[in-house]
Amino acid sequence: MKNILAIGLTAGLTALLLAPAVALAAEEGYRLDRAPNDPRDIVSLQAGARTYMNYCLGCHGMQFMRYEGLEALDLSESEIKDNLMFTAEKVGEPIRIAFNPKDAKAWFGVAPPDLSVIARSRGADWLYTYLRTFYRDPKTVTGWNNAVFPNVGMPHALWTLQGQRALDIESPKEGSHGAVEYKWTQITPGTQSAAEYDATVRDLVNFLVYVSEPHGNSRRPIGIVVLFVLGIVFVFAYLLKKEYWKDVK
Amino acid sequence: MLARAIRCGWEWFDSRMPTVALEWKKHAAEYYAPKNFNFWYYFGSLALLVLVIQIASGIFLTMNYKPDASLAFGSVEYIMRDVPGGWIIRYIHSTGASAFFIVVYLHMFRALLYGSHKEPRELVWIFGVLIYLTLMGEAFFGYLLPWGQMSYWGAQVIVNLFGTVPLIGPDLSLWIRGDYVVSDATLNRFFALHVIALPLVLLGLVGAHLLALHDVGSNNPDGVDIKKVKGPDGHYLDGIPFHPYYTVKDIVGAVVFIAIFCFVLFFLPEMGGYFLEANNFIPADPLKTPPHIAPVWYFTPFYSILRAVPPLFHSQFPGVLAMGVATLILFFLPWLDRSPVKSIRYRGPLYKSWLAAFVLVFLLLGYLGTEPTTVWGQFGFDAFFLDTRDVATWVARLCSIVYFLFFFLMPWYTARDKVQPVPERVVWDH
Repeated sequence: MKNILAIGLTAGLTALLLAPAVALAAEEGYRLDRAPNDPRDIVSLQAGARTYMNYCLGCHGMQFMRYEGLEALDLSESEIKDNLMFTAEKVGEPIRIAFNPKDAKAWFGVAPPDLSVIARSRGADWLYTYLRTFYRDPKTVTGWNNAVFPNVGMPHALWTLQGQRALDIESPKEGSHGAVEYKWTQITPGTQSAAEYDATVRDLVNFLVYVSEPHGNSRRPIGIVVLFVLGIVFVFAYLLKKEYWKDVK
Repeated sequence: MLARAIRCGWEWFDSRMPTVALEWKKHAAEYYAPKNFNFWYYFGSLALLVLVIQIASGIFLTMNYKPDASLAFGSVEYIMRDVPGGWIIRYIHSTGASAFFIVVYLHMFRALLYGSHKEPRELVWIFGVLIYLTLMGEAFFGYLLPWGQMSYWGAQVIVNLFGTVPLIGPDLSLWIRGDYVVSDATLNRFFALHVIALPLVLLGLVGAHLLALHDVGSNNPDGVDIKKVKGPDGHYLDGIPFHPYYTVKDIVGAVVFIAIFCFVLFFLPEMGGYFLEANNFIPADPLKTPPHIAPVWYFTPFYSILRAVPPLFHSQFPGVLAMGVATLILFFLPWLDRSPVKSIRYRGPLYKSWLAAFVLVFLLLGYLGTEPTTVWGQFGFDAFFLDTRDVATWVARLCSIVYFLFFFLMPWYTARDKVQPVPERVVWDH
């Protein structure tokens, strides 16, 4: 009787484990690259913060994050004030954009989203790929388009770094099972090489991941201590149970 | 000196309120439980533990949360960032919600394994089902509070289900929402229901569940009545006092459970998007419907059934009805099960096969409910009976049929199953 249940459970669990793989295979669209972010790399986080304040904050705020939160990235109050704080007076203020969201909606068709928790809704891989797949497209209002987010309202904010690129999307021929092919060509060079640009985006995404969960870095060390203490408690609880239960016959 | 003071204090208290000592004896020190409880018997006390965890963490969340459509999302982020220890409290509560359902589902499965719903414990089972339904309401109301896109549209979808009820539907959903769409009014009433109304109902039902259990005594993995065999001293030979034996045993279970709980909390708080959904980190936007709306995992088996039933005269009501029947049929389980034995150990192959099939389809329906119906692709052919070519919808339909047959055919297959003789006393080889 245990066998039947075991078989049933095993079959069910296998189905559950295999199902996501099938689901992934069926999904269409541009394949996401894995973001090589490292939440412990302070230098990378600082570089990401610098890129963010210089290139992103013009349109995207982080209203749930305060400037003083950057102190966790080994930055002093004066460093933050002098180098990164363009939209506020005091470090206790949230990281807000300077202009009115209503104007933004009129300019871009959609108000640029707040990015406080963007890494939790989109995921690091999506952001890392998205920021590296802008291309020139004369058919759009801004002249830019994106492979991951087709017809996105946002122009390529980092184009001076990456340069301008073009994209040919070749659909597979009728009846064949080949995947869609993406062919990139560089139109004009940017100030950074492809590898340098990838590193810039990695740092930026790293920073966005940090901002989406500022306590994320302390979570795991606390967890290890908690589990260690629980391990000790378990030994005593188990011995206590054994001691009492030896009388049960 | 101190011991004397404590003893005097206790005597003073006991002479004025002897109920406490009497009830302690009745429900713990002299409540005789079968000695052969196994792994499956941890989940009752664990459910109680999770209830306490949820109430305690919920109180602290309430201190900083703002039930206001324009502030709610931000106040949750404020808890996650600026409130000292707030992120731990919030993760405890979000992990606890899923843990509650895991523990309760395993607790209910235990009943199906060992026939705990059968005579004389029908009332215990009915109170249990009421707890389960209340818990679903509690989880549903609570899920709106973070005011993310999934909160908002999940609530919108569920409230619209009530709108499919013939005649009174539209008025009913309007009455539930308090507005024509899910809005600040809805958020406020869901907050009230989540933090006080349903927790009170839940506590009352848990009390009734335990009192009803202690009146008839606990079942056990052999389904044997331990009250039949008494020793020379008048005590049950197969029973042991709940305290200290099961208190110390349940502490071990609780420590293991808390360790698993903390592992999720500190290392996988989103649980791959099942405990905290990615879309719920986007603030609620009444003008933008997400492309794929799925309820949280613990509702998905029933959501799958809802989606599987084809509409009738352009009304989704048959699906809503099927979903309702799928949960309410649990109330009738004690009378649907006509087996002469309780435990799976002595049941025949028919019940075992049906139970295995039920577990399988429940898990499959649960998985399919988290995915769009296109998850397994489409049939490559067309036929007059194919109203949809989505493979997953047809799998969900088959699974739903098996789900209902498990209950509807139960009187038949449990009555004619080949059962084995049940021993006089519990099996105990220690």
